Formats: sequence, C-alpha cells, structure tokens
Amino acid sequence: MTLSDAALAVPLLSVRGLTKLFGSFAACRDIDLEIAPGEIHALLGENGAGKSTLVKMLFGVLQPSDGQILWKGSPVRINSPGEARHLGIGMVFQHFSLFEALTVAENIALSLDPKVSLARISDEAASLSKAYGLPLDPKAHVADLSVGERQRIEIVRALLQNPNLIILDEPTSVLTPQEADRLFETLLQLRQEGKSVLYISHRLEEVRRICDRATVLRHGKVTGTCDPRHETPASLARMMVGSDVAQVHRDERSSVGNLALEVNDLSVPARTPFAVSLKNVSMQVRAGEILAIAGIAGNGQGELFDALSGEYPVATGDAILIRGKSVGRLGINDRRLLGAGFVPEERHGHAAVSAMPLSDNLLIARSQSDRRAFLGGGPLSIIRHRAVGSATRRICGAMDVRKSGEDPLAGSLSGGNLQKFIVGRELDRQPSVLVVNQPTWGVDAGAASRIRQALIDLAKTGSAIVVISQDLDEIFEVATTIAVISEGRLSQMYSAGALSLERIGLLMGGIHEKKSIPETAHAH
Amino acid sequence: MRIELEKRAGLSPMFSILSPLLALVLTLIFGAIMFWLMGKSPVGALHSFFIEPLLDVWSLHELAIKAAPLILIGAGLSICYRSNNWNIGAEGQFTIGAITGSIIPVMYPDWHSPLILPLMLTFGLLGGAAYAAIPALLKTRFNTNEILTSLMLVYIAQLYLDWLMRGPWRDPQGYNFPQTKAFQIEAVLPELLGSGRAHWGIVFALVAAVALWFMMRFLLKGFEVAVLGQSERAGRFAGFSARRMVWFSMLLSGGLAGLAGISEVSGSIGHLQPAISPGYGFTAIIVAFLGRLNPLGVIASGFVLALTYLGGEAAQLSIGISEKISRVFQGLLLFFVLSCDTLIHYRIRLMLSAAGTREAKG
Repeated sequence: MTLSDAALAVPLLSVRGLTKLFGSFAACRDIDLEIAPGEIHALLGENGAGKSTLVKMLFGVLQPSDGQILWKGSPVRINSPGEARHLGIGMVFQHFSLFEALTVAENIALSLDPKVSLARISDEAASLSKAYGLPLDPKAHVADLSVGERQRIEIVRALLQNPNLIILDEPTSVLTPQEADRLFETLLQLRQEGKSVLYISHRLEEVRRICDRATVLRHGKVTGTCDPRHETPASLARMMVGSDVAQVHRDERSSVGNLALEVNDLSVPARTPFAVSLKNVSMQVRAGEILAIAGIAGNGQGELFDALSGEYPVATGDAILIRGKSVGRLGINDRRLLGAGFVPEERHGHAAVSAMPLSDNLLIARSQSDRRAFLGGGPLSIIRHRAVGSATRRICGAMDVRKSGEDPLAGSLSGGNLQKFIVGRELDRQPSVLVVNQPTWGVDAGAASRIRQALIDLAKTGSAIVVISQDLDEIFEVATTIAVISEGRLSQMYSAGALSLERIGLLMGGIHEKKSIPETAHAH
Repeated sequence: MRIELEKRAGLSPMFSILSPLLALVLTLIFGAIMFWLMGKSPVGALHSFFIEPLLDVWSLHELAIKAAPLILIGAGLSICYRSNNWNIGAEGQFTIGAITGSIIPVMYPDWHSPLILPLMLTFGLLGGAAYAAIPALLKTRFNTNEILTSLMLVYIAQLYLDWLMRGPWRDPQGYNFPQTKAFQIEAVLPELLGSGRAHWGIVFALVAAVALWFMMRFLLKGFEVAVLGQSERAGRFAGFSARRMVWFSMLLSGGLAGLAGISEVSGSIGHLQPAISPGYGFTAIIVAFLGRLNPLGVIASGFVLALTYLGGEAAQLSIGISEKISRVFQGLLLFFVLSCDTLIHYRIRLMLSAAGTREAKG
C-alpha cells in the first residue's frame, strides 16, 4: 500500500487539534494525526515530547482537554481502555502487565470477557500465534518466559480482540535484534491484512525500515509528517531534536585542571530484565570541566549513575577512578569521603524520603561525609540535630528553597524547590567530583536556571562535573564536553562547540561512529 | 457500584495521635454490644473485664507479669516493622528462648551459683535471636517472604518444646506430667516487691523499650531503620544496607522475644512446660501497632493488652463466659487500630456504576 492509496480511503483514525493540559503545562498542543487503514505509522519524538500523552488519549487512559478524535470518519469520545478496545484499538505497553505465576492462557483470559472458557482462549491464542509467527505455548508459565515471549503474549492478547489499530509503545526497547526482526515480520503481516499499526519509537533505523509514514513530535507539538523511507536518519533526527536550541555564550574556561574522574572500559551486566547493560564505557573528566551525557531515556543512564555513585559497586576496582584512586568496588559513602557528590534522577524515594523532614534528608546524603559535624558520641553515633538543622537552613538560604515552616517534610515541597535542596546539599560541601542525573527533570524554569548556574559556578571553582541529561538545551547551556549514551554504550567525548545538533541526534538514535561514519547522513 | 480508597492530601496530626484511642473506644463499644447479645449486662461485663483487675494489688502484679513479655516483644517488633521487615514469628522465638534459657537449670539442677541467672537470660536472648536468624537467612539468601517463614517456624518451635517436655526433659519424679523439674532457687527471676508476684521481667521490658526509643530518636542506627523502612532505594543512596537491616531487625526482635520467653519461664512459671504462653508473641504484634510502632507507645499499649488477658480470666470467674473472649477483644482492637489508621490516610469513595466503568489505568 502506498501513500496515495491510503490518502484516498477514509482514514482509520484521525486526530484534529488534540490538546492535553496539565495545569498550565501543555503536554500535547494542537496535534493533528492521520492513520490510514493498512498503514504502519511511526510516532517519533524525544522523551517528554508528548508521545505517551498522545497515545494515552487515543487509548482512553487520559481525556483530551481540547480537540477531536475521529474513528473511521466519525467523532468519538474514548473514556476508557475498555471503550478503546471496543472500538477496535489494541495497545501493547512498554512494560508488561502480566502475572508471573499464571500461565499464558490464564493471563490472556484475565483481559477478556469472563464468559469465554479457558480452553477456547488457549485454542484461539495458539492459532493466532501460529498465524502471525509468534510462537507461544498457552500452557507455559509466564515466569519461565523471556522478555520477547512475554511481549508476544501482550501482542496476542491485543490481537484476540481483533483490533483494526494496534498501538505499540517502544516495542523493541526490550527485545534482542533477532526478536525485533521477528516482530517486524508480524507487523508487516498485519499490514497486509489491512490492519493499521501506530509504532512509537526513537530508533530511526527501525522506523525507516518498516514504517510507511511518520509523525514527529517535539515539545508537545507536531513538527512534521513525512515518509521515513525518503528521509535520512539525520533529517529525522533534526525533526526530533529541532534546530531552535538556544545558543548560549560560554566564556571559554582555560583553567582545566587534573583528571578528577576517570572511567575505563566499564562494563556492567543488566541487573533486571528491563535494565540496560553498560558496555565498555570510558570517560575522563578534569577539574573545571562539565561533561554532559546526552541520550534518550532508558539507554543506560540510570545504570551508569548507579555504577558511578557506588550504589551498586562494580566488579573491577580500576574501572572507576576518583582523583586517582580505584573506587569501582567501594560503596557510595567511601566515594563521598573521597570528595564525590551525587544527585540521582528520582527525587522521591531515592534522593529524598518524602515523609521525612528536610533535615533528615540532609543526613541521608551526608551522614558519613560530614560525620564529624553531624554525629557525636563516638561509636554510638548520636545525631546532632542542631548542627544538621543549621546546615539545612544554610542550604535552603543558599539555594533559595521556598518552603512552609522551619523544617517541612520533603514531600510537601514543590519539585523545583526539593530539587534545589537536593542539589544544594551536595554543593554545600564543595564536592570535587559531582555526578548529577537529570538535574532539572520536571522542574520549573526558574529553579532549572538556578540549578544550572550553580553547576557552572561549581565547575569554575575547580570541581569536575558529570551531568546526565535528556535536555539538549540544558546540555548546550552547561557542558564543556559532551558524550552520548545509547544502548549502554558511550560515544567518544566531543568538545561542546564541535558537536552539531544533527550529530547528537544521530548518536542518540543509536547510530555509532564505529558502525557508520558521517556519510550516512548524506547517503540517500 | 464499588468502593475506592483515595489518599488524603494532608495528614491530620491530631487524628494520628487520637487513632489508637479511637480504636480503643470502638473496641469497647463493640465489646458491649457483644456482651449484650450474649445476654449479659454490658456495663457489668465491661466493668469486670476492664476495671476489676485494676482494683487489687495482687492483680496489678499480674498485670505487670502479663505486660512484661508483651512490651519486651512489642518493642522489638516495633523496630522490626519500622524497618519494613515483618517478623510474625515472635511466639516461636519466645518458645526457643525459653528452651535455650532453661538448658542450665534442666541439665545442671545441682549447680548453685549467682552466675546462673545472667547465663540463662543470655542463652534465652541468643536462642531467640538464633531462631529469628533462620527467616533472616532465608530472606537475604533466597528472597523468601519472612512473614511466611517466621510464622511457620512458630509451630516447629512449639512442637519441639512439646516433644522435649514429653521426652528427654521430662522430670522423672513428676508423676508423668510433661514438665521439667522445678528450677533451683538461683535460676528463678526474683520478685520485684514484697507485695506480689511481679518479677524483674517488667524492668527488662521498660529498659528495653526506653533504650529502643532513644535509639530511634537520637542514634544514626534508628535513622537507618527509618530510612530503609521508608525507601530501600533512598537507604542505599545513604549508604545503608537493606540486607544488613534484615539481620539487625530480625535478630533484635528475636532476641528480645527470647529474653521474654526465659523471663516468663524463670520468673512466672518456675519450670518448663508445654504451654508457656497464652499467645504473647502474636498479641505483641497488636501491641506494636497499637503503640504506633513507637517503643514508648508500646509500653502503654502493652499494659492495655495485658489487661485484656486479665479481664478474660476475671470475666470467666465473675460472669461465667469463656476466657477466649480476650482473644476476641484483641482481634477487635487490632482490626480497629488498622482501620482507623487506614481512614486517617485514605478517604472512602463510593464509585457509582456510571463512573465505575472508567478504568484507572490501561
């Protein structure tokens, strides 16, 4: 089926001016989208571009604030996933909802009409899985299955309801290349039968390989619709990343000092089925430098942070050096004692405990590094609440943390203010190495610029900083050097001025300099 | 139509303090209804259940005797639960503590030394801790659920005690009663005051509860318990080990349960027998929750629950109802404590069928 054929028919699904507001923030604004029957349609965009919000509206999980959804030409309201399924929309989520202790057939039965017998479901599932080349044993227990097989259950479950449109959210992010190939065959077969697929991904190669059309989102808006087969990865990346990133003037810092953080050929196996393994990661950060690590979420950023922070020490001590000392096997507090500080991505339940006051949350990060000041009584380790309290006040003052009351619960602060506190509690001790994961994720603009400024100022005083971020604006604002992480591999490090947006987009999409040289960008 | 629980935005500090009292009042109201349905006078029954035991000096001593193991175990459990580890098997650790603590008087009945008592208490403590080490090991090694393993170990401990009493440890001169010889005088925990039977167990309980309160309030260890209990990930970020916390909390609560076991046997019973506990280890779970998992609160709730035991005995004598009624009261109390806590954190919402079709998540 070609584009012109699709255009002739009434679109299966069309979306006009769809908008979703969360407060005053527009996660999606004026989205127009058309999916023809028998089309594999890609939805492209960076993390936070609004892809999930859009899809949730299509599947009835969220209600649009404005705009219209037309199904086969007539306007519909989709109030729940049940209604979406009833219309003929099936969805396969990125993270599966399966009961490990139950069999494949039982898991499928749970989402269907309770009147249908288990035997019939088994039969139907078996015949469907055969028809679509998705080998699956209905009697197998989910716990024994691989991630790829689990995804097949979700796909078969969606297919059993005989949908006209199947939405797949980042389906290959959990698959091996072989499993992905198999999935593509299934998708092509579905297309032949006249079913449509909405395929969410940020892997440009995949999209070019199987999709008929692509809609690109950026900052909640559609930035373009194209035929990906006629595009290059570079041009797709440009649409995803945009070219309106603010150009920030940085004063060239010449005062780059000694090597403060060094990572040598670090490889870490994945801890869980959804985790990414780190492969031969190397980096060097000197005092006064800010290394920004760009990348799309879920490409190993969290795992890299865990390894750098020592929350999960790695097998080889020499893989990570802080100020010349091998720390790979050391825990987080030993690394803090060497002068390192860490800011994790997740504020609630990782960087801070929401149900505890700020002063306790200060102690979480600094009970050992500031042992002399905060603890007394020798081996008893009596907490000096006064000293902790005054340090808390000092940090709140320095970072302008707006709070109600003297020592409020962390959970009562807004995201931006809590993040200022979390960053501030590390800055307060002048760390010589600071590793920050997503420093301004979900933070208002004012707090974000304050945090970025604080990072730049800290580097000026001679600290080495690693900023892991998905926000390219942020990266160009703070970084002196940039590297890109993709599928657990880190690119080489580039000086911030030498790296174009286009190149970053390519690296983020998983195309490595080893495999493809810049020529790919002009190959088509 | 269905019922949904919706998280409340802010917690009312007044209600979190009042919650246990509210639960007590509700328990009394339901108790009164229950007595009324049984054809007894509710006021009279409640009086003989809850007031009479407080009127005599001897029964105040009994109250202290019953409160001692409840507070000792409950204080340990409150730390354990705060750390998000769920030791349900204190009854088993109590039993094993009683057995290991009794080794010296049973095996060496003719040894006379002031060392006996300290050694017995230490053995009891170590025995209870060792028995709690089994679920701790299973949890840290094989990721088993400590609720199940610790609970199942209770029955093993009880049957082991029963076997000892009917087999190897039975007093040969005991007319075939399944019990050991009476302990020598140096092996008996002395009475506290001249006026009654209350022994040093209550002092151990109060000291342990205050010490644990101090730990939770002022020491880094207590902070570690609280952080890991709230969020394992934040605890890891702080450099605390959840695995070591499993060991710490299980050994602590098991050790205190074992100490309670040997104190009870040595102080109140004077010999070992198959039935040494009216369910102290399980009732202490209620004590811990009624005391809001705060060791000082546990002291108060320990006395309240001790009163339900005494009240049961008193009610059996004065109005002729089964002493099992105390179990009913304990169950009611736990039910109301948990439901009051739930309602402080959540509000109930009735979802009418029209809105009910809306699914929260896909």
